[in-house]
Amino acid sequence: MDSAASALKSWWHRMGSPRSFYAIAERAAPWFLGVGVAAIVVGLVWGLAFAPPDYQQGNSFRIMYLHVPTAILAQSVYLMIGAAGLVLLVWRMKLADMLIVAAAPFGLAMTALALITGAIWGKPTWGTWWVWDARTTSMLVQLFLYFGLIALRQAIPREETAGRACAILAVVGTVNIPIIKYSVDWWLTLHQPSTFKLTEAPSMPPEMYLPLLVSVIGFYALFGGLAFARTANVILERERATQWVRALVRSRAQ
Amino acid sequence: MSFDSLSSFLDMGGHALYVWSAYGIGVLVIAANLIAPAVTRRRFFATEGERLRRSEVSEDEVKS
Repeated sequence: MDSAASALKSWWHRMGSPRSFYAIAERAAPWFLGVGVAAIVVGLVWGLAFAPPDYQQGNSFRIMYLHVPTAILAQSVYLMIGAAGLVLLVWRMKLADMLIVAAAPFGLAMTALALITGAIWGKPTWGTWWVWDARTTSMLVQLFLYFGLIALRQAIPREETAGRACAILAVVGTVNIPIIKYSVDWWLTLHQPSTFKLTEAPSMPPEMYLPLLVSVIGFYALFGGLAFARTANVILERERATQWVRALVRSRAQ
Repeated sequence: MSFDSLSSFLDMGGHALYVWSAYGIGVLVIAANLIAPAVTRRRFFATEGERLRRSEVSEDEVKS
């Protein structure tokens, strides 16, 4: 028990040290990015060309293979940011702050893509680009939360203060996640309920939901790879004055 | 294959504009997210390498 606890403690310290995290991130990033891009290509091509058309919506439903993964990631990325914010506030771990900086742009991109693909899908399906209902409005709030995180960081010059302010916003902002999730159940909406539920079988046939599953897994792997790659960049930038980064820069210059 | 010809695939049952614009924007956003960190990394090593070389050169001048 003691050895397990000390192993966990040493792992936690290793993860918290920018230098050892850099070594892990640099090795892991290409694998995650490779798997992510491959799975996204397979999932999207499968969904676009091979999945059967929807009996009501015809072929416009194929936007789902892009819309659903980006919407899921918009929320998952924010949950990770909120968790990192909590870690920063409680343990003052520098790396948690770096993760928030690294993850926010991708979260913003995913939220924007979910909103854009949703609008494009809404036009032929609902007859309108946009409705001010609970799901779409809470997703728009999500977009502003990501904007807020990035803007707040740039508005405060002192790194530590900026990090703490962003961490507080990140933690407080997570209240929006259950609102997005349950908006389709709590309020009357045009938006259809979730495709995947842990407690029930999907309402779609496997020919339709398998490509979606592959696409979702691909987007998660892509996020993992980008989070590693961007965190590695933030570490280099912030630790540029240290011996190990200088040595790394010199070894690459030769 | 869910379509019998390339033209019917491209037409998407009359929804071509919606489906292909959504996917076009999606591919652009993903590509931008892949390129950005690679560019940042390369730029860091280029500028930081240059800065270190200069500071070492000036240190040598002081010594001599």
